[in-house]
Amino acid sequence: MSGTLTGHPVLDPRLAPPFPIAALPLLRNAQLRENVAHATDVIQSKRARLVAEKTDWQELRRAAAAIRSHTLEHLGSYLEEFEARCTAAGGMVHWASDAAEARAIILELLRQEQASEVIKIKTMTSAEIQLNPALEAAGIHAYETDLAELILQLGEDEPSHIVVPALHVNRSQVREIFARSMGLKDLPDDPKALTAAARTYLRQKFLTIPTAIGGANFLIAETGSVAVVESEGNGRMCLTLPRTLITLAGIEKVLPRFADLEVMLQLLARSATGERMSPYTSLWTGVTPGDGPERFHVVLVDNGRSSILARPTERQTLRCIRCAACLNTCPVYRQTGGHAYGSVYPGPIGAILTPQLMHMEYAQSLPFASSLCGACYEVCPVKIDIPKVLLELRAQVVNQERGRAARLRDPMFIGMKVAHAILAGARRFRAAQWLGRIALRPFIRKDGWIHTLPSLGAKWTQTRDLRGLPSQSFRQWWTARGKEER
Amino acid sequence: MRASLFITCYNDTLFPETGRAVVRLLERLGVELEFHPQQTCCGQMHANTGFRAEAFSQARRFVALYRNAESVVIPSSSCVAMIRDQYPGLFEELGNESLRSEFATLLPRIYELSEFLIDRLGVEDVGAYFPHRVTYHASCHSLRGLHVGDRPMRLLSKVRGLELIPLEIMERCCGFGGTFSIKNADVSSAMLSAKLEDVLSTRAEYCTALDNSCLMHLGGAMHRQFAAMRTIHLAQILSATEGSPPEEVA
Repeated sequence: MSGTLTGHPVLDPRLAPPFPIAALPLLRNAQLRENVAHATDVIQSKRARLVAEKTDWQELRRAAAAIRSHTLEHLGSYLEEFEARCTAAGGMVHWASDAAEARAIILELLRQEQASEVIKIKTMTSAEIQLNPALEAAGIHAYETDLAELILQLGEDEPSHIVVPALHVNRSQVREIFARSMGLKDLPDDPKALTAAARTYLRQKFLTIPTAIGGANFLIAETGSVAVVESEGNGRMCLTLPRTLITLAGIEKVLPRFADLEVMLQLLARSATGERMSPYTSLWTGVTPGDGPERFHVVLVDNGRSSILARPTERQTLRCIRCAACLNTCPVYRQTGGHAYGSVYPGPIGAILTPQLMHMEYAQSLPFASSLCGACYEVCPVKIDIPKVLLELRAQVVNQERGRAARLRDPMFIGMKVAHAILAGARRFRAAQWLGRIALRPFIRKDGWIHTLPSLGAKWTQTRDLRGLPSQSFRQWWTARGKEER
Repeated sequence: MRASLFITCYNDTLFPETGRAVVRLLERLGVELEFHPQQTCCGQMHANTGFRAEAFSQARRFVALYRNAESVVIPSSSCVAMIRDQYPGLFEELGNESLRSEFATLLPRIYELSEFLIDRLGVEDVGAYFPHRVTYHASCHSLRGLHVGDRPMRLLSKVRGLELIPLEIMERCCGFGGTFSIKNADVSSAMLSAKLEDVLSTRAEYCTALDNSCLMHLGGAMHRQFAAMRTIHLAQILSATEGSPPEEVA
């Protein structure tokens, strides 16, 4: 568990340290990096195999992007349609403009249920609105029933991935957590024994706790249905056994038509877990007497989404279907895992989604937590141009800095302004090349290379040497050659 | 055929041998090269770091300098990607109609070096001789930005004496990322370390690419570690002939 080595991960963007600072202890955690690299390699190779067998993969991506874009353009009317159909089928729809409102609605619903315990199935939105601490404060104990979430809850750890939240924990670490928290001293670490232990622990919760909180992969406007995909069947337990089910969903989760699932489910399963179809796809519409929950609530959460919707470049962020393919392919995520992002949404999608959900007031380091390699855009099933959005957000962060006095103490800001002045004319550029050669001369060793530099340069030379500037620039050579020829 | 060489700011300053190799190679293939002395930078560093207004003024400057060029050759795929992928957005946001239309007519005449050789000159065998074991790193911008595909491989496969050693996961980023390597120096170093492991395990003599930026990153780490491998820009391999090996610098 990373917590024992790095301190407890902070996933609240308001409190989390900037990405480069949060990343350092994780980079020093060899076990965690090995776990993350191994897990993402496995998922990626499964995904690549199943994507390769789809000859219409690019058409599917285009169709999905079009469906999601269309939905976002008409989001208000599709949400109202969903509300009407869901209500007609016996569901109750609640609207929450922010996290606090969503928490208050859920607490009120639980108060009406007189619930002191709830079972939960993995929902990113619940983590986003920090529901569990609010439940705990209200004296309601929440039991996570997704296996990975259970591991994290018992291990007092935090999720590091959107689809595979305990991806940074390996099997023997899981054994340690289960053995300790379930009092099973002799638990072996084979998968069968571990899942059996989890099953025994969870079955009792499923059978005794009548209130459940879950998420949604999709909401269908046309029918008022909710769709959840998962791998374990624990989700289906949560969705079918309790008397009361509360579904929590971001407002962007809606799809216009039932038939749109055909496109989305093909892309989601392959992108997320490298499967043709998720082992469990649960679909339900309102309530059905004698079958499943008697009371069904949907809490629709805005929490910053409508402000993203208003911005033309950034709007595509809301197409996301939370498959996490961008995390698995990201060379940055591969090194740090998810905790460095200081958000429940890590990786490339987290780097664009988190600061926007925070109205660009927090998490400003995240848009810079990318080498802009473009691998995320290539795999995204709904074609979110993540590098483009990153650049847009970087410009917004720099524009914030332009208005602050502190910029004059930021060597990067000053460096960029000086570089701009230099690059604005060839004469200045030549002068800077000449000055640079002189300034760097004291740092050049006998082999002609620089091994240490001060200030920002030290960030480079911490792991790389730099060849000393050649005595003749290309333009000097070109000019000299021209003279010779004449 | 005439072409204008945009050498890029960092090649001009740090890797003039790459520029000389481009000149040698293209002149050997009968291209009449010109070099606009007012050129500096495409604006990529500023655009990628969030300094959009500054990037715009450099982009506008680039268009003004090259609007009459027959072709523009650029031995750096990330600078070409900047021009193709980011100029339109910058000009849309900050430019006027005349700048946009000038750029639209210039854009099809801009080539990354391997594109220029294969698409414009229609040549794969450039007559090069380089009797060494070489591995190729597909830089992010060449692969996912420009979609150069197998062009560099086709060029390398025609180089006499050259043994091309495949690089495992050749498309994985080296961790440079421009100012990312400074702002996120630790993460960048971790990415570099992972990439270098793959590169060094090829046991090639040289690692080549279309971008000196990645090569500066990889080469800087190789030098730090006294690794038995060096980096070399593709232009330098292609410029080498039997009688005249590539310039060895430093």
